[in-house]
Amino acid sequence: MLEIRDIAKTYPTAQGPLAVLRGVSLDLAGGTSLALTGESGSGKSTLLHLAAGLEKADSGHIAIDGAPVTGLDDAGRARLRRETVGIVFQQFNLIPSLDVGRNLAFQARLAGRADPDWQAVLAERLGLAPLLARYPEQLSGGQQQRVAIGRALAARPRLILADEPTGNLDEATGDAVLDLLLALVAESGAALLMVTHSARLAARLDARAHLHAGRIGAEPVA
Amino acid sequence: MTAALAQALASYWRRHPLELATLLVGLMVATALWSGVQALNAEARRSYAEAAGLVSGGARIVAADGQRLPLSDYVALRRAGLRVSPVLEGEWRAGDVDLHLVGVEPMTLPRGAAPIGEEAAALPAFVLPPGRAFAAPATIARLAGRPGLPELVASGQVPEGTLLLDIGRAAGLLGLPDRVSYLLAPAGTGVPPAFADRLTVAEGPADDLARLTDSFHLNLTAFGFLSFLVGLIIVYAAIGLAFERRRPMLRTLRALGVPARGLALALLAEILALALLGGAAGMAGGYLMAAALLPDVAASLNGLYGAHVPGRLALDPAWWLAGLGIATFGALAAAGDSLWRAFHLGPLAAARPEAWLGALRRRLVWQAGAAVLLCALALALLLLGGSLLAGFALMGALLLGAALLLPGLLALVLAALGRRAKGPVAHWLFADGRQRLGGLSLALMALLLALGVNVGVGTMVSSFRATFLGWLDQRLGAEIYLSAPDGAAAEVIGAALATTPGVTAALPIGAARSRFAGAPLEIYAFTDDPLYREGWPLLAALDRPWDRVAAGDAVMVNEQMARRAGLAPGDALAIPTATGAWETRVAGVYSDYGNPEAQVLAPVAQVRARWPELELRRLAVRADPASVPALLADLRGREGVDVTDRAGLRASAERVFEKTFAVTLALNTLTLIVAGIALLTGLLTLAEQRLGQLAPLWALGLTRRRLAAIELGQAVALAGLTALAALPLGLAVAWVLTEVINPRAFGWRLPLLLFPLDWARLFLFALATGALAALWPALRLARAAPADLIRRFSDER
Ligand SMILES: Nc1ncnc2c1ncn2[C@@H]1O[C@H](COP(=O)(O)OP(=O)(O)OP(=O)(O)O)[C@@H](O)[C@H]1O
Ligand SMILES: [Mg+2]
Repeated sequence: MLEIRDIAKTYPTAQGPLAVLRGVSLDLAGGTSLALTGESGSGKSTLLHLAAGLEKADSGHIAIDGAPVTGLDDAGRARLRRETVGIVFQQFNLIPSLDVGRNLAFQARLAGRADPDWQAVLAERLGLAPLLARYPEQLSGGQQQRVAIGRALAARPRLILADEPTGNLDEATGDAVLDLLLALVAESGAALLMVTHSARLAARLDARAHLHAGRIGAEPVA
Repeated sequence: MTAALAQALASYWRRHPLELATLLVGLMVATALWSGVQALNAEARRSYAEAAGLVSGGARIVAADGQRLPLSDYVALRRAGLRVSPVLEGEWRAGDVDLHLVGVEPMTLPRGAAPIGEEAAALPAFVLPPGRAFAAPATIARLAGRPGLPELVASGQVPEGTLLLDIGRAAGLLGLPDRVSYLLAPAGTGVPPAFADRLTVAEGPADDLARLTDSFHLNLTAFGFLSFLVGLIIVYAAIGLAFERRRPMLRTLRALGVPARGLALALLAEILALALLGGAAGMAGGYLMAAALLPDVAASLNGLYGAHVPGRLALDPAWWLAGLGIATFGALAAAGDSLWRAFHLGPLAAARPEAWLGALRRRLVWQAGAAVLLCALALALLLLGGSLLAGFALMGALLLGAALLLPGLLALVLAALGRRAKGPVAHWLFADGRQRLGGLSLALMALLLALGVNVGVGTMVSSFRATFLGWLDQRLGAEIYLSAPDGAAAEVIGAALATTPGVTAALPIGAARSRFAGAPLEIYAFTDDPLYREGWPLLAALDRPWDRVAAGDAVMVNEQMARRAGLAPGDALAIPTATGAWETRVAGVYSDYGNPEAQVLAPVAQVRARWPELELRRLAVRADPASVPALLADLRGREGVDVTDRAGLRASAERVFEKTFAVTLALNTLTLIVAGIALLTGLLTLAEQRLGQLAPLWALGLTRRRLAAIELGQAVALAGLTALAALPLGLAVAWVLTEVINPRAFGWRLPLLLFPLDWARLFLFALATGALAALWPALRLARAAPADLIRRFSDER
């Protein structure tokens, strides 16, 4: 499903180039989930962005369902994000001028896969049903996060990339959201790559990877 | 603390140079347009005052009929013991230089009444041939080497184009040996009863000129003010944005212990510093603008009113101070709202910029309420106000009300379109468009005002042009018009023409002068002919009006006079003459565009009966078109005869017309450009924020190119909708101009004609403005690096 080979990424900074990823490889099969951990600033978000085609890697190879992501042009990567990938951003990135209902449906409609029944189910399961007519600025952080998750799932993507999707949620809600994500993976055969700081949540996923010093290492000894 | 505070506040401008530039450009443009127009007005007024102030002091005794008075009256008054001094003024040509001559009598002239020097020793040189004349250095330079002139002495007190000389010398040059323009008398002098039927004490000529030109200057001022407002809109937007962006910092400063008063004072000081900077730059721009427009203003004042304004600017310190003052005032007015909010900002206030949704809705409601109030005010002014000032107030209320109504209207239209939109992107587009109204509404208001005024003024000018040219063709019925040096010469030419083959008629024309209702009046003496009966454009008349006029029972009056004095056909009329009032009636009212003065049309015999010295110096010649060229060549060969054919007259009238509106149209265009700048700066200052709003869409799978296209399309659509709203506003403006302002300012009313092609042009201009203003932000978006877009995510929260 998702195949990452020897990815390297360096950012230019005022203090010289900053090598964030130095040869990262990962494999994720359809219907399975992987927890990505690592200390703050270790490059977890960067790796997700590369997998989603938001940014280009300096070297290495990424493929989704066997189709290469690296090497796609701008339009190709835009189509990838639109149709294949569902991203839950660390900073939500809801569209401020649309209400919750529209935000929820937005990506699915972009992908041409709008399904009102499925959206209703998602809204119900994410506890968003009473909030559909509100605007993002009128929501709490956790509510916004749930809208962002719903938006990613509404399009039934093949690959779900979630950047700390439960970071702003209380334990119970976080568990419920993870249940939903895992159920979806099991049902639809999609793959889930999830960044998390919580060892407890990470333990519930099929596999774990730890990012340290630009490489995937063994899980830290807890 | 002060230094730390200043540093914190200034750091914003350092990091956002574009917004600093926007603010300064807005201030500069506002100040430049306002002070430029003021400079033009001041220059013109100064030259009127100079012309009037050359001979000053005491009272002026003039002839009741407005003509020059005979020298014998002067002698008689002196004998009666009055300490009067004669002055003779007139126009004279030295080669190709037009001069205004002012002749004074140095022996009787009150001390200091005219700048001819004080030493008695210089007197003989002034009086004795060849005489001595005082003139401005520039005049002397232009006259260098011309023969037949007195000795010229430079004087800073004499206006350009004027010679101040002995009355005897002036009488010789003007060919008026026994005439006096007016008599200077000590203040409080009354006219002795024996002269009361012929002489009267008058206000200065400057008052006449000032009154005539007042409406012209009021028009200029109104335009200057409009541009000033449009410029301030830019300033207001920039300051408001800076405040919103700095709100978290301001709140932190408050939390760290800066008192509210200290914070407000610091912001005030910042505004004042910026106002001085932008104001000073604006004054320089205003000077350049005034210098560029002055020749046109001078030409139109000359063409319209015969007022002589020199084509150079001389500005006094008061102008600079006033300009900086208005810049400061404008900046404070634009910043007042932000300062108020800074003063009331608590240390725990929300750090986030005010939520757009509720704020926008509240603002729209508030604005719509204010707009309704303003429209009510406009209606009240229309129904109750009668003055020109009330007319301009009506215009102001109309424009402001329309501007305030615009954002609400656009929001409604976008919401309606959004409900019909299909597809997520279209949906988002309309919702987002509504949100953007919050940031762009001021720029769109500026665009609406500029477009509305452009449609209005353009319609007025085009209507006027069409009406004026049609009227001119009617009015210029004769093939040739000529003017001879005097009545006798005109008679000789007329007699010769009567027997020339191809000539159908040679109709003598003369003019006498009087005063009516406190203003100058011209009595136009004509010779009855189908030329007048068929061609003269009558607005209202009794039946058989020309028969009544020919019979001497009535006269025709021009529209200006009828409007000012409230005269209608059939009304009685008393015109002052040297031998008492001429009691007559109004037979009809004719349109007389472009003439600032009241005019009466009467047969030669009637006029001559009251003004025995009336000279018929002009002739209207009707001729077979085929013989016109030969006739023209023959007439032009005669000494001292000024000949114009119909085409030439029409062309010169058209030229005066174009000059008159050149300034209006130039200011019109400038306002439009300022509105374009307002939109551009509005989009530019929001571009940064905009990237953050568009980044999520990009992340969800819209290409940058598509987003850029959407961005461009949205700006074009907003500008287009604004242009659509500007059309009805423009028609309302045109209506107010032609039905309210023009009749009150100039004394004539125009039919309102529509020119849809001009509207189409303006509409395209609006679309192009929107596209141009959005081009740079869109290009930036299309080229934005993905890393940059990703970083926006974290900025947004
Ligand atoms: N555009 C950029 N330019 C320069 N450096 C960057 C850029 N984006 C990220 N970085 C740096 O790259 C490193 C990895 O960032 P990234 O956001 O991937 O970390 P992360 O593992 O997601 O951290 P966190 O757990 O705090 O979210 C950080 O040191 C960050 O400062
Ligand atoms: Mg991260």
